Amino acid sequence: MNDGRDKDSFEQRLAAAQGKAGMDQAASSAAHKSVAAGSNAISLAMRLGVELVAAMVIAVVIGWGLDKVFHTRPWLMIAMVPVGMAAGLRNLIRAVGPQTDK
Amino acid sequence: MAGPTIDPLGQFRLTTGLGPLGASVNFTNSNEAMLAAAAIIIALFFAGLRAQNLIPGRTQAAVEILYEFVHKMCIDTIGEEGKKFFPLVFTLFAFILLGNLIGLFPYFFAFTSHIAVTLTLALFVFLFSTCVGFYIHGFRYFLFFVPAGVPKWLLPLLVPIEIISYLARPVSLSVRLFANMTAGHVMWEVFAGFMLLLTAGLGIFGVVASIIPLGLNVALVALELLVACLQAYVFAILTCLYLHDAVHMH
Repeated sequence: MNDGRDKDSFEQRLAAAQGKAGMDQAASSAAHKSVAAGSNAISLAMRLGVELVAAMVIAVVIGWGLDKVFHTRPWLMIAMVPVGMAAGLRNLIRAVGPQTDK
Repeated sequence: MAGPTIDPLGQFRLTTGLGPLGASVNFTNSNEAMLAAAAIIIALFFAGLRAQNLIPGRTQAAVEILYEFVHKMCIDTIGEEGKKFFPLVFTLFAFILLGNLIGLFPYFFAFTSHIAVTLTLALFVFLFSTCVGFYIHGFRYFLFFVPAGVPKWLLPLLVPIEIISYLARPVSLSVRLFANMTAGHVMWEVFAGFMLLLTAGLGIFGVVASIIPLGLNVALVALELLVACLQAYVFAILTCLYLHDAVHMH
């Protein structure tokens, strides 16, 4: 029946108790943020290495397949290598670059 | 020569499970682990959501934290439209997380250490996000491959690069998960086999010396626990990122 009032007084008492115990909301959320930032950094680091190689592999496979179709071995595969490198770098920059969009 | 040998890849060998019935339909130990992962998730949620208390117990708190973590990730990464994709992202995250975690136990099978499994998941995510892009934007989704603010004469060079970097997504997504899980399990096996070799080769001195690889393995358990959770998180957040690209086209 009086859920709302109870909840309000509960929040007040909770805030008072937390203040008394030194459990500042801002401090704990800051600690949370630094933990989140650390795990984000690790997960980012794990992404980057594979990102660089994957584009290269795709490019070389496409070049190899086109060579098979057009009987131009090995020229298209060689031509695709720099394209793959560029695509890998593009992915890398996209992963770590400034996050303009949200 | 006789004695123990190191067979680091033997643990990934597929065998059939569930007795003769499983053998007749080629039901592998990998499938068993997948079913176990799905069953654990469903059981966890069934147990956690049975008592819906205002102040949650441990199981309920675990379930709610998991739910809210993925929910927040969806909304933060994709935007408001992320709510629609939440079931997909949550299913992927929970399935991969449980698969990684039960793979850490001895005698269990880590199905995420097979590229056939991770590539299937990654290809599904890739095709799904591409379909979402075409569904929302129609043929304008092809403009995704045309970078903005670039002189016209550079486009023939840049469009193939963009297309390849787009096609590289399922490869990087699947190889990352597969390689991390495989590498961890191989390292365990190598260190454990090294202990056997030491004891067989050096006698009592080997027993003492094998404390070193044992300690390394104990430390590796902690690392692998981190990697298991982190890889599930990376897979889920990249799914969100790709869906974000498909929804917003930039």
